[in-house]
Amino acid sequence: MSEAQSTYNYKVVRQFAVMTVIWGIVGMLVGVIIAAQLVWPDLNLGWLHFGRLRPLHTNAVIFAFGGCALFATSYYVVQRTCHTRLFSDGLAAFTFWGWQLIIVLAAVTLPLGITSGKEYAELEWPIDILITLVWVAYAVVFFGTIAKRKVSHIYVANWFYGGFILAVALLHVVNSAAIPVSLTKSYSAYAGVQDAMVQWWYGHNAVGFFLTAGFLGMMYYFVPKQAGRPVYSYRLSVVHFWALIFTYMWAGPHHLHYTALPDWTQSLGMLFSLILLAPSWGGMINGVMTLSGAWHKLRDDPILKFLITSLSFYGMSTFEGPMMAIKTVNALSHYTDWTVGHVHSGALGWVAMVSIGAMYYLLPRLFGRSEMFSVKLITVHFWVATIGVVLYIASMWIAGVMQGLMWRAVNADGTLTYSFVESVRASYPFWAIRFLGGLLFLVGMLVMAYNMVKTIAGGRTVDDARVLQPAAHHA
Amino acid sequence: MDINDLRSVVTVVSLLTFLGVVWWAYGVKANKKRFEEAAMLPFADEAADRAELGLDRNRQRKAS
Repeated sequence: MSEAQSTYNYKVVRQFAVMTVIWGIVGMLVGVIIAAQLVWPDLNLGWLHFGRLRPLHTNAVIFAFGGCALFATSYYVVQRTCHTRLFSDGLAAFTFWGWQLIIVLAAVTLPLGITSGKEYAELEWPIDILITLVWVAYAVVFFGTIAKRKVSHIYVANWFYGGFILAVALLHVVNSAAIPVSLTKSYSAYAGVQDAMVQWWYGHNAVGFFLTAGFLGMMYYFVPKQAGRPVYSYRLSVVHFWALIFTYMWAGPHHLHYTALPDWTQSLGMLFSLILLAPSWGGMINGVMTLSGAWHKLRDDPILKFLITSLSFYGMSTFEGPMMAIKTVNALSHYTDWTVGHVHSGALGWVAMVSIGAMYYLLPRLFGRSEMFSVKLITVHFWVATIGVVLYIASMWIAGVMQGLMWRAVNADGTLTYSFVESVRASYPFWAIRFLGGLLFLVGMLVMAYNMVKTIAGGRTVDDARVLQPAAHHA
Repeated sequence: MDINDLRSVVTVVSLLTFLGVVWWAYGVKANKKRFEEAAMLPFADEAADRAELGLDRNRQRKAS
């Protein structure tokens, strides 16, 4: 066995892990800025107004912060559970630099107004092609590593990561199909309601596969590792995987209730969204119950606090989601801030917190330290972030329900009780609380960045974590 | 056969597929041991864990 093959490739994991924290701060900072713009409209300066910055925020937190976290953890987990080095160091490096280039291109084009106008798929066609190339390289590295594994089993986390990689490839290619008219402008290949349906088939599965399946892969590795015990039920995880990926694909139409979409399609979307509660909660219970018999670890391990709290928010938002997909509930909630609150309960509470927990697990290990520079600061980060999320989602719930009720209120003679601007005015206090919640979450990320820098400063780059020798493997 | 028959067939096939997965996970005796082994995979390479945490650098240096 050559020297290069006898160690794990941690370089690419390290690069993605560090960029996760940096892009997290950038993306959340833009989020805090646009939250402030809603409270103080004078902050909408020139190009940097809400309309241009909002897609920058969503792209940065989902694809830059979340994407880097997924790359880092999937590359780490697939090597460690397959007992082999990554399939190709060169392709892995290409995915890192390619992904960073895509993020920078997004940060330049979106404020300039270069957009295809599809939510969460705003990037124009040349960038879409680059994404496809990087994604194919990612798939080759990931599945190539699985193919050369030294153990017979494919650990369940890798099933989730693999499902995420395949599904995102499919979603991206289908939804980004467009006819270019210039280097910076293209029009969707689909028209009318078909375009809307393809968009929200993509949009909801971006939630289901990018923001759920991939992060469940994270959960299935890092929760057992940090808890020091195997997952509660491996058999449940098998059913969880197949049920989740089968059901998610059909839930998209709930984004188009009471639109031109055929009624039966809306009902189908609502039904599958309700069914989705079962696999979601199956997975959540599987993760939380992994701690069964070792609950005391939750008391003094802030990394476990992050991981288990993220699962609680996952359970909350996957209960709320199916409820909001019910047409009569949606008639109240749609287009209000309730939706924004729901998304952030999932995005901050689940996706960000499980990623942060995984990064606190990974960072010291990638820099040869037994733990982070300051464990106390992890606890500080945890509480600041949790209070931030709670302020954020509670204010948006209240604002959302209030907006929905004001918009539908009618007088005895059938005229509207409130004008739209009255609902805007009534929302200001809640937008201010939301700004505060988001700011707290950002402060937590800054604490994390400080902790990370200090950890790196006192560490070394680990390149000698050796692959398990064949003699010792028993599977 | 009109399209509604096809829709019914798809629904039934989907249900059977799901039941098949549940049976494969919980019913097949031979799978129990496989799954228990697989569940232990994250804990199989302690040497790498120790190297990462800087616990036995010297010993590992001598070994290589």
